[in-house]
Amino acid sequence: MTNYREIAWQGLWKNNPGLVQLLGLCPLLAVTATVTNALGLGLATLIVLVGSNILVSLVREYVPKEIRIPVFVMIIAALVTCVQLLINAYAYGLYLSLGIFLPLIVTNCVIIGRAEAFASRNNVTSAAFDGLMMGVGFTAILVVLGGMRELLGQGTLFDGAELLLGDWASSLTIQVFNVDTPFLLAMLPPGAFIAMGLLIALKNVIDDKIEQRKPQQEAEIIARARITKVG
Amino acid sequence: MAFKIASSPHVSTSLQTNKVMQRVALCLIPGILAQVYFFGMGTLVQILIAVITCLSAEAAIMKLRNKSIKNALSDNSALVTAVLIAVAIPPLTPWWMTVIGCFFAIVIVKHLYGGLGNNIFNPAMAAYVLLLVSFPLQMTNWVAPSELAANQVSITAAFAHIFELSTAGLDHFRIAVDGHTMATPLDTFKTDLSMGMTSSESLQRNVFDGMTGVGWFWVNLAYLAGGLIMLKLKVIRWHISVGILMAIFVCSGIGFLLNPDTHASPMLHLFSGGTMLCAFFIATDPVTAATSTRGRLLFGAIIGVLIFVIRTYGGYPDAVAFAVLLANMCAPFIDYYIRPRSYGHRAGN
Repeated sequence: MTNYREIAWQGLWKNNPGLVQLLGLCPLLAVTATVTNALGLGLATLIVLVGSNILVSLVREYVPKEIRIPVFVMIIAALVTCVQLLINAYAYGLYLSLGIFLPLIVTNCVIIGRAEAFASRNNVTSAAFDGLMMGVGFTAILVVLGGMRELLGQGTLFDGAELLLGDWASSLTIQVFNVDTPFLLAMLPPGAFIAMGLLIALKNVIDDKIEQRKPQQEAEIIARARITKVG
Repeated sequence: MAFKIASSPHVSTSLQTNKVMQRVALCLIPGILAQVYFFGMGTLVQILIAVITCLSAEAAIMKLRNKSIKNALSDNSALVTAVLIAVAIPPLTPWWMTVIGCFFAIVIVKHLYGGLGNNIFNPAMAAYVLLLVSFPLQMTNWVAPSELAANQVSITAAFAHIFELSTAGLDHFRIAVDGHTMATPLDTFKTDLSMGMTSSESLQRNVFDGMTGVGWFWVNLAYLAGGLIMLKLKVIRWHISVGILMAIFVCSGIGFLLNPDTHASPMLHLFSGGTMLCAFFIATDPVTAATSTRGRLLFGAIIGVLIFVIRTYGGYPDAVAFAVLLANMCAPFIDYYIRPRSYGHRAGN
């Protein structure tokens, strides 16, 4: 299970936490109204995911099986608190706009799912790499969804990027087209659900096309725990 | 001997889908005429935009799904959806909103769920809710009835306004129209009550003529007439419509008897907004309604009660679209729990 290429492929595409496992739907749908928010939450999740995977992998030999879940949650909660304090200190505007969803990273199923399914069974380097790839896959979906919704909703991209990246980033905001009236549906949760459904449909179409193109080549199947609980 | 097995409601009919839909569209004409008479030519322009958008979207998606475009267009269901959207939205809605609504109705609500016969929600009402949620400002600006406006909205003015043309020659049409949008009677009534006026004080305003809104009474009456023709032609069955109207009448009657100052009269409920359009044309959509006889009565009653509840206690002045969508969600459960007695079996299952 130390095949890094396979881990990367699983995290970024085949077993993508957002598109395939449908984990962490709550932040996925709630904060993706703009690219900036999506990117901020995605990066925070990424950091926590890498950190928790490393720590869980380090302590996996010493934690009794019976109480492993509470221990993992404690580790994740500690990391989330660190990230929350960091964002509060260095990106206060983003801290305000992410609101409750920042501390709620603790309950993000992606993180506990990877800790349980991968990090607790693998060595530190592959666990860290898995956390990185899962985090990047999750962040990518957040950003794409945020881009779709922001573009449809208010016709901009990277609006409010200075909240995340500092004052220089305010020039990043792109006014793609000018709308007199924002398309509220795209900004509201129903729009997120519809956009998410379209993204999953798009992924399935691409998978079908790939499948059709090379029918003889059988993909190697890796047996891994799939967690389908939505959180 | 072969038994013909059909799904409920076990009534054979000679009407094909395209004929049913065609008759529904024809029976909408009296209501449309009344709407044009009272609220100007905008409605006709909306119908034009909506029909073009819906038919193109239907054709495009059938092509994507590798199905026969001709069959889909000739069943007239997209046409009825288009007309229902066009009469439901304010007559001077900007064209791009109509296009978004129609596209959403056909592509997302109808075909992503499997096309005609498989959609859970009524496409026209889902589109209306989409527009209402997304563009609340434009969707609550109704045209003033012609009796209150200085001049009626002509076809040129409607075009200029809907397509947002601002060339010099057409500007005066737009200005002439801009002065004549106002809240609907139900909206006015709701705002007045929330400002502490009693219902009889609110009814003194010029959008009302005693009992109901100016113009709206006749529009609803025209839709009622169209609906009765449909009943006579056996295009629809009476249960859903009666369920809705009875539920509204009973609920608003009780409310009005108990506290006439804060409740609208049954008359205002029945002949305002989209009540009659909903009762005969929208809720009776065979795809999204319950199928058994008792189920249809219950389905209608749910819509009626929801209309009364949302209008009286909810945040929106007219509740037809939300009520229909909520009842659509209930329809599968109604069908599950209320099953008609099979021939040869005891009552129950």
